[in-house]
Amino acid sequence: MNHPMSDRDRQPQTRQPPVRGEQTPGSQAGTAVYLYGVARGLDTAVLGGVTGVTSAPVRAVPEGDLIALVSTVDLADFGEDALRDHLEDLAWLEAAARAHHEVVDRAAQAAPTAPVRIATLYRDDDRVRQVLADQHGEFTRVLDLISGRTEWGVKIYVHPEAFDAGAALPEPQPAAARGSGGPGASYLRRRQAQRRSRQEADRRISDYAQSVHERLTRYARASRRHPPQDQRLSGHTGVPVLNMAYLLDDEHTKEFLDTARRADAELTGVDVEVTGPWPPYSFIDTTDTTGGTGGGRREGEGR
Amino acid sequence: MTVAVDTGPSGPPMERVSLVDLLDRLLAGGVVLTGDLVISIAEIDLVEVSLRALITTVRDELAPHGAGVAAGEEQP
Repeated sequence: MNHPMSDRDRQPQTRQPPVRGEQTPGSQAGTAVYLYGVARGLDTAVLGGVTGVTSAPVRAVPEGDLIALVSTVDLADFGEDALRDHLEDLAWLEAAARAHHEVVDRAAQAAPTAPVRIATLYRDDDRVRQVLADQHGEFTRVLDLISGRTEWGVKIYVHPEAFDAGAALPEPQPAAARGSGGPGASYLRRRQAQRRSRQEADRRISDYAQSVHERLTRYARASRRHPPQDQRLSGHTGVPVLNMAYLLDDEHTKEFLDTARRADAELTGVDVEVTGPWPPYSFIDTTDTTGGTGGGRREGEGR
Repeated sequence: MTVAVDTGPSGPPMERVSLVDLLDRLLAGGVVLTGDLVISIAEIDLVEVSLRALITTVRDELAPHGAGVAAGEEQP
């Protein structure tokens, strides 16, 4: 996982005055503005009925050709201490993540929308407009990249027993070759054989995952590898061997899905799971354009 | 194959997406801006904090069921 981190970020933040307790014209005491994402050419009617984080209504803040999607939130929920506590609370985190996604997803299905990192807060709408104006070039670059494209996720899971069945080494190795050494040596030989067998299976699984990726990436503009998911979180019984995101031109979606479907049917014991369409979360260069360093990891650009 | 949602780019919003898929994206993606309220959490600790919360919660949920499922190496 690659997340932005610069030396500057590590230092105490002294550039911005604290929000708490401060009042600027047009701001309400005790509130902040939560930014979900930035869209271009969005008919804001699609946001009707969407509720944002902490059930706050979602509003559009336009600036030039850009539209910020925001909610006014209570600092009682989003002040530093409150946020720190909330993020440790899975139920709160899940509700916030789903609300954030719902807003971005709704907009992304209607117009190019750049998701903003979760929990990005400003003092008031004026500050949001200022950021849109200051970062206009960067948002334009990102929105150009994702226009007419969507993200799809592909995960490959292996059930090693099934995958091995055809090719597992015979259980007991003939003991004739080097019969001396007693039970200890025999045990070691058995362990070595098991280990070789396991390594061989791992290698074949890894080669297979790579071949599926190569077939899929032909239809993709870009791809990004996410870390394998914790099985306790995914609830999946198979062993996760690949967790990729692909950025597709909309017109290649069908070929891509057909290819994934064929790969899934190819081998017993291997599941190819597709999710999407997603807003292009994984293909935003996660550099803090307002001063940080770092960057999103992106693999080969196709076509 | 499980296609979580296969409605095409102009289809209805995704059905309930899995939280773990969502967090893969939300915690590692998106435009990073320095907000007014940035607190170290948003830029640095968010990923760690959240994942720790997740893992802890899941462990707690699994705890009553006892032994782990991973096939461990035997002791020498």
